[in-house]
Amino acid sequence: MNLIVSNPQGSAMSGSSPSHTVLDVNDLRIEFHGKSETVVAVPTLSFRVKAGESYGLVGESGCGKSTTAMAIMGYLGSTGVIAGGSIRFEGKELVGASARELREIRGRQIAMVYQDPMSALNPVKTIGSQLAEVPLLHLGVSRTEAMEMAAAMLEDVRLPDAGDMLKRYPHQLSGGQQQRVVIAMALLARPSLLLLDEPTTGLDVTVEAAVIDLIGELRSRYSTSLLFISHNLGLIAETCDRVGIMYSGEMVEEGPTGDLFRRPRHPYTQGLIDCIPDITHDKRSRSLAAIPGHIPLPQERPIGCFFAPRCTGFTAGLCDRPDLELEHIGGDHMVRCIRWRDMKRSQPAQLAQIGKAQVQTQAVAVSGLTKLYKLGGDRTLKANESVSFNAAKAEIVALVGESGCGKSTLARIVTGLDRATSGEVRIAGENVAEIQAKDRPRDLLQSVQMIFQNPDSTLNPSHCAAFSIRRSIKKFGIRKGKAAIEERVRELLEMVRLSPAIANRKPNQLSGGQKQRIAIARAFAADPALIVADEPVSALDVSVQAAIVTLLLDIQREKQSTMLFISHDLALVRHVADKVVVMYLGKVMEQGTVEEVFDGGTHPYTEALISAIRSPNPDEKRRDRVHLTGDTPSPINVPTGCRFATRCHRKVGAVCDSVAPPLRKMSDTHEIACHIDATELRTTPSRYGALGQGRA
Amino acid sequence: MVKFLLNRLAMMLLTMLCASFLVFAVCEYTPGSVARKSLGPFATQQQVDLLTAKLKANDPLVVRYGRWLGVLVGAIPDPLQDPSTGLNFKDPRGAQYFGNFGYSTLNKLPVNDVIWNRLGNTAILAGLAFLLIVPLSIIFGILSGLKEGGALDRTLSVICITFTSIPEFASGVFLVTLFVILWPILPGTSPLTSDGGWAIPYQFVLPVAVLVIYDFGYVARMIRVSMIAVMERPYIRTAVLKGMSTRRVILGHALRNAMIAPFTVLLLQINFLISGVVVTELVFAYPGFGRLILEASLFGDISTLEAATLITVAIAVVTQLLGDLGYMLLDPRIRVR
Ligand code: SF4
Ligand code: SF4
Repeated sequence: MNLIVSNPQGSAMSGSSPSHTVLDVNDLRIEFHGKSETVVAVPTLSFRVKAGESYGLVGESGCGKSTTAMAIMGYLGSTGVIAGGSIRFEGKELVGASARELREIRGRQIAMVYQDPMSALNPVKTIGSQLAEVPLLHLGVSRTEAMEMAAAMLEDVRLPDAGDMLKRYPHQLSGGQQQRVVIAMALLARPSLLLLDEPTTGLDVTVEAAVIDLIGELRSRYSTSLLFISHNLGLIAETCDRVGIMYSGEMVEEGPTGDLFRRPRHPYTQGLIDCIPDITHDKRSRSLAAIPGHIPLPQERPIGCFFAPRCTGFTAGLCDRPDLELEHIGGDHMVRCIRWRDMKRSQPAQLAQIGKAQVQTQAVAVSGLTKLYKLGGDRTLKANESVSFNAAKAEIVALVGESGCGKSTLARIVTGLDRATSGEVRIAGENVAEIQAKDRPRDLLQSVQMIFQNPDSTLNPSHCAAFSIRRSIKKFGIRKGKAAIEERVRELLEMVRLSPAIANRKPNQLSGGQKQRIAIARAFAADPALIVADEPVSALDVSVQAAIVTLLLDIQREKQSTMLFISHDLALVRHVADKVVVMYLGKVMEQGTVEEVFDGGTHPYTEALISAIRSPNPDEKRRDRVHLTGDTPSPINVPTGCRFATRCHRKVGAVCDSVAPPLRKMSDTHEIACHIDATELRTTPSRYGALGQGRA
Repeated sequence: MVKFLLNRLAMMLLTMLCASFLVFAVCEYTPGSVARKSLGPFATQQQVDLLTAKLKANDPLVVRYGRWLGVLVGAIPDPLQDPSTGLNFKDPRGAQYFGNFGYSTLNKLPVNDVIWNRLGNTAILAGLAFLLIVPLSIIFGILSGLKEGGALDRTLSVICITFTSIPEFASGVFLVTLFVILWPILPGTSPLTSDGGWAIPYQFVLPVAVLVIYDFGYVARMIRVSMIAVMERPYIRTAVLKGMSTRRVILGHALRNAMIAPFTVLLLQINFLISGVVVTELVFAYPGFGRLILEASLFGDISTLEAATLITVAIAVVTQLLGDLGYMLLDPRIRVR
């Protein structure tokens, strides 16, 4: 299946100068040999990265994209084996290369940037010594020269005070700084190929934006080719020239970025694009199209098209033929779908029927809530400071902000896992801010339920899935009698669209999405008035995310429950929420209805957050990015004036540093805490607008 | 830092007080035994009663403990040295000084004359053993942790487990049979005098060997576990993918991280080697600290026991402190900021 080889590069439409191939992966097959079984992680994979090109490898967890990167580096662990095919780098064969040959390539010619920079850096060695190792190893320079190169490189990745930075240890740096160090380390020996394995996953959005900008800039400066591995379509769309979509170890579609995202041909690609929330639509105008089912395990792969069990276009006799290949469909665009000509992209469902919640009865009122943690000495951590907002019945209020903004602490106080230092949280009129869960009366416990980011924290691994649902029903006496309880369990499972057979499985036999459904069923089993959902889908794959979000929205609407939806994902919030509360370092920066917050006239911080969202839609007008400098300060040393003053791009002047900003009433429901006055705030341009004509 | 050290010092004093009180309470639960032991088994009951009265040995436990403390810090003279007891116990340092551990009823000598000597002997033995245990266990641990389940790992693990599970007396007897009886190149006892015709250095070989064999396998296994965990950490992958050779990865990146967790275990061996080597000392008739403790506790020599307790506690606390300081040195994340 040497389809790529048969196509001379630099053909018609790409218009790129004829450049040579840096990396040529051909029919690669990767297997993991366990004690009893062999798992084929990647059955066969081919792609090329050309000089100076940025190639994006996209896929959900388990699709084999990271394994491929590790195979390129020759680092598959003791069980991983390259069972076939070739990896050629600058013409040299890497499969079967000796340890010595690999050492000369690793770090020198191919370098890597990892997903979790904290753990990728050695905790007991200084940044300087870890950086200097690279030139010492590969460039034959002296220690002092190596240190000088390290310092220069740190300046290149925009880390302040390089000399001091060299002496620090990884734990003394923030996540964004750590990733810059890893990038610096990778670039020190001027490699010709850089592998980026989910380089910004786990970083805050504004930090991510800065890291991506940096990568783009360094790439053109050092003319390095990139192999960018990510699950984030928006990121790939923006940074890569060509994209390959992987599914269950196979390339299902490949093409130039614009072409592929504008005219996705494979049903999986189409599904992926349609299931991510985008900033221009909310839940009233578009529902997320979820891909049904889940990614097959390597041993569950069907014959023929691996996507068949989830595909609406499946046709027996066509799609289950074993010789399905990547097919050229014009230009560089290739698709592994026999029916690509028929696969019309389903238009996202436009819905208008959901009206706003009409009667506004107050369900939750948070006022002046403050939570301080005494850290010994005279240091206090200000997790929340005079936070106030309301939620009406059946309303979804989203709490957004980056790590350290206090949104999770707030959720803990509302649910009684923690106690407020001062202020009020009124649920149905009663102040619960200082009553911890163990002291709460049963009906209060029942009325507030929580859904966590990680469903494992509520599921007991030794009990079957239905156990926690059943216990919740019994505990709050929702139903009496064995039969009635079982009946209710069945109803709840049906509500979260799980087959009753799943009820008896242990959590470790369930997929992440199924576990989260169980967690949702458990939360709703108590018939709560308020649901606190703390990043409920951020640990899930995008195609699963959409299904869970849609489910959660459906149930919430049906049950008329109020929901606090905590998230860092603004596009998702846009899709889910009625009302948005933006927090930064423990304080509310802005709050208002979802339209007010997203449609221009916003707080500078919200503006930055929104501008950091990346959309895979190539026709969407490229937004002007707000470039924030620095990292979020530690909540122990908060800036005295406006909390955002150290990073704000619209700072008015010294007043921002010293005086807490006033609350600007933009409307009855819209408040912004900023020194910029209301009229000027109102003119903030909307950061996403109507669809423009192509990319700039 | 100063605060940290002061804190530790206070903790040490408190631990010593508690431990000494416990030992005191257990040994002295039956009043009057001091008099009986001082006078020996042939004294009449009348003599014992008289001495008991003189020593006020029927006072409540706490009062007597207070008095013992008083003697220790030099606040009051040792009552046993009072000439009126007729015991003729004499400490050349005088009856009242700081650090007066009292009179050993077992050896009929001031405790200070006995104990330091024995401690010194044991310290030499322990020091030699420790000097061998550290590199041996690190080498074994690192090599076997390098590739879990590999041939090298399995071989070394078998060696370590076998050695650790052979009791000290068994390996002692075995080595004696081998090197003293079958192939007599070493002495079978180590009294640390040259009377038997063997120079003193030779006398250390077998006891040290027994200790090393018994102890290093355990530490090596601790290091192995830690090494295995470290080799799976992503920063090791980073180092390998920088293009470093295995040797450089291990020495430059893995070793220090792998030593963080087993560091305390290693230091704990000092405590064991000082006070827990009774069996080895008995097998080789070695005049050591462990044997002294055993003899003293069999006899009920309270003064010697108390002194030994205080010394072991002090050593334990000091190694703990060293452990913490070493931690901070090895791991920058827990340095006091
Ligand atoms: S080959 Fe068939 S099953 Fe596979 S994606 Fe295309 S239409 Fe769907
Ligand atoms: S108060 Fe000043 S620093 Fe704060 S957000 Fe407004 S302009 Fe920026």
